[in-house]
Amino acid sequence: MVTIRPAQAFDLAAISALDARLTGSDKPQYWQEMLSPDRHFLVAETAKGGLAGFIAGEIRAWEFGQPAAGWVFAIQVDPKTRLKGVGSALFEALAGRFKAEGVTRVRTLVDRKDHLILSFFRAQGMVAGPSLQLDKELP
Amino acid sequence: MKLQTATRLGLYAILELARDPARTLSSADLAERFGVSTHSLAKVLGTLSAAGLVQGGRGASGGYRFIGNRRRITLMDIVALFEPAPGSRAKEPGEDTEIGGALQRVLTEIDEIAEATLRSISLETMLRARS
Repeated sequence: MVTIRPAQAFDLAAISALDARLTGSDKPQYWQEMLSPDRHFLVAETAKGGLAGFIAGEIRAWEFGQPAAGWVFAIQVDPKTRLKGVGSALFEALAGRFKAEGVTRVRTLVDRKDHLILSFFRAQGMVAGPSLQLDKELP
Repeated sequence: MKLQTATRLGLYAILELARDPARTLSSADLAERFGVSTHSLAKVLGTLSAAGLVQGGRGASGGYRFIGNRRRITLMDIVALFEPAPGSRAKEPGEDTEIGGALQRVLTEIDEIAEATLRSISLETMLRARS
């Protein structure tokens, strides 16, 4: 059982540590910026006050020519608490906040080789969106 | 994306059986449901059974039931049983030319996206989406 609440400055160390452990890259400044008031940054807290996971997102209008939609920038769940609905609870809480602000679509970008996270978003009912991401290495 | 008939039947059969793992259906039941021959379905069920995804009886009247994990098995797991593995196909004539190579990169990109999509959808997700 977890509680979902907005992330606070005192959560940043645990968020940063969990993310670094799972992704291999330490980016405390990035997480610090997620506390900005125009962003939605939520944590899932265990009954003992530990960090079970977090999610970050923002509503963006006319990004890439698309009307307003809620974007999920990041989601991480502590592997010890996986398969217990923590990720779904975080996603639903963020989607609820987006909806409360009047948007009706939620979007994200996922590494197509990351089957775990792709499966997670699929299980939340997400399907391929209207855009294709294109990419090029600069010479 | 074009799937071979056996792949499509494999997906039909596994999804139908996974819908209710307690239920047993014969290859004849499934064949009738999807309007295909019992022989084609029996062959497909044999492959699914050898992969440990279904458990079944012998002959057209023998029943099959789903014994896999709906949350773990993805559409790609089923497709991979019937379709050649990515990268295992023989080289096509002209592929070594500049144009052939460029075309191949586009086709590989499409294959990678298709594979990522199939790998991201579990049987559980698929069955939930249709209910």
